[in-house]
Amino acid sequence: MKSVLPAMDKEALLAADIAGELPDARGRFGPFGGRYIPETLVPAFDRLEQGARKFLPDPEFQASFQRELREWVGRPTALSFAPRLSKKWGAEVWIKREDLAHTGAHKINNAIGQALLAVKLGARRVIAETGAGQHGVASAAACARVGLPCRVYMGAIDMERQAPNVDRMLRLGAEVIPVKTGDQTLRAAIDEAMREWVSDPEGTYYLLGSAVGPHPYPWLVRELQAVIGQEAREQMMRQAGGLPDVAFACVGGGSNAIGLFYPLLGDAGIELIGVEAGGTGDGLGQNAATLATGTPGVLQGCYTMILQDDDGQVQETHSVSAGLDYSGVGPEHAMLQAVGRVSYVTATDDEALDALEEVCAEEGILTALETAHAYAAARRWAKANPGKRILIGNSGRGDKDMPTLSKFPPKGRK
Amino acid sequence: MQPHERLTDAIRQANSSGKTALVPFITAGYPKTETFISQLRAIAAVGDVVEIGVPFSDPMADGMTIQRSSHMAIANGVSLRWILNQLDQHGADISTPLVFMSYLNPLLAFGYEELAKRASKAGVCGFIVPDLPYEECAELRVTLEAQGIALIQLVTPATPPERLKLLTSASGGFVYAVTITGITGGGLPSDLADYLDRVSAVSPLPVCAGFGIRRAEDVSKVGQHAAGAIVGSALVEVLEAGGDPATYLRSLRPE
Repeated sequence: MKSVLPAMDKEALLAADIAGELPDARGRFGPFGGRYIPETLVPAFDRLEQGARKFLPDPEFQASFQRELREWVGRPTALSFAPRLSKKWGAEVWIKREDLAHTGAHKINNAIGQALLAVKLGARRVIAETGAGQHGVASAAACARVGLPCRVYMGAIDMERQAPNVDRMLRLGAEVIPVKTGDQTLRAAIDEAMREWVSDPEGTYYLLGSAVGPHPYPWLVRELQAVIGQEAREQMMRQAGGLPDVAFACVGGGSNAIGLFYPLLGDAGIELIGVEAGGTGDGLGQNAATLATGTPGVLQGCYTMILQDDDGQVQETHSVSAGLDYSGVGPEHAMLQAVGRVSYVTATDDEALDALEEVCAEEGILTALETAHAYAAARRWAKANPGKRILIGNSGRGDKDMPTLSKFPPKGRK
Repeated sequence: MQPHERLTDAIRQANSSGKTALVPFITAGYPKTETFISQLRAIAAVGDVVEIGVPFSDPMADGMTIQRSSHMAIANGVSLRWILNQLDQHGADISTPLVFMSYLNPLLAFGYEELAKRASKAGVCGFIVPDLPYEECAELRVTLEAQGIALIQLVTPATPPERLKLLTSASGGFVYAVTITGITGGGLPSDLADYLDRVSAVSPLPVCAGFGIRRAEDVSKVGQHAAGAIVGSALVEVLEAGGDPATYLRSLRPE
């Protein structure tokens, strides 16, 4: 593989990220990020970036965003102590409950923020892609809330395994377009949404759902999701009496993880661990462990870690959870791994399913299959590091996973 | 003559003999790897420049036809390395200047330095990289230019005037004017003439129009306002249907 990383000043990069100086003017997190897009979209991206830079810091925009988070999304979401898991694992386990946010996952934070931005930018309609369907549902709901028509691109395979979310999108007034090209999952859905945007760059707002893609999306999505970590940090101080020793979040594109981690980056005492989908094995195509096993390259508009072969062809992935089933990852995660601030591990399909069952039985929380990967890795870590305070980002609820879960009946707990 | 000058020259020669330059595009190794070189030779005999598509798993600027041909070519085992090897072994007699159309990632994976040297040896005169906007292109451009190879810039109807000047002066060989706001495989817009005149007026290089060109009347319409016409999806459709590419290309530019 010829794709090797350039040398980086790791300490300076981390300091710059903590200080809020990244991405830089070219949309880079060190070597990662950037904007690799067709020329047709350059003016649209320029408008988006200028608009986001103007409105995000604007007090009036922030006031309406915060009001929607409070009164419509239901924030702040709870921080729950998990007494029974704590006892079983020999740890002190705290759970940040994004499953309690409106529509059942953290995705709504970004969706309502970008929908408000779309209105400000004068968009006539919104398009979005979705993997697990959570971002599609969140976008449909947010568009209904701000009064814009919404069209969601979704891989045909994902439509089948997340059928309840397809019905929810339709009920919320969105149009759902099945994507039957490419791998028929999230990656193909993003490609198709990009093609649609290329066809109407003036009137369309593309509401991208994860901290991936061309600049400014990785930055924009992080800014809108950072509320997770900001709340969690304050709640830990108040409820737990101090910061955690370690925080876990699952990583597909990485929006919930960057939302939780970003406000904690400066707390050097907190170990941060992202958990990718280990699927069924270590071979190319058997997992979606982009950071754990990938190499640098350009996919869907940004330079990041991707799963590819020696010819630079992007490989298909496998995960039991649609939301983690992606061949790339957000560029800021690639940088945080490269500078050593966040470590990225994997949990297999089986470990995730087992963890899901345990969290249901012990804490009465049906967590999303994506999130279950974070629990699986946290449990492993707790066994090796007894007596620590653990924070887990519970990114979403598992109701949408019932069609998949029905193939794995509960084993039953003693 | 430098490779990039061969491109400019081939287009100007067609123009000076009263013809619109014809730039056919094929996806390498589609529909079959065995016929790649013979097909290329047949197409090069009609076209003034030939564009060879390097297949990529995520062709985000392409419509259904080229997506399909790309995926099938990858399934056939086609890679950038395979294409270069084929040209080295069997392509020496092809005198028509060649251009590679590739998304960025296969080029990154190959390595720019080696790519520029191998491409120059194989008779490749230019590269078109649809997901590499000007702001990100410096490294590749410098590496290719060291071998005299052009990095061809694309402009679109949405490109603002200042940027149009920047891109047309940064381009090499020719300027690729995308005719539509959209992906490959559609039709031609009504305000084409004004747009192509606008590009041609500022461009120091010949302008070739691409996207949506499929019939002789399209070529003649484009030819009144640009130096050349690029024919992609329509030609791939001919190959898909098992037709003869050379016959189709000749029909686009009747004597």
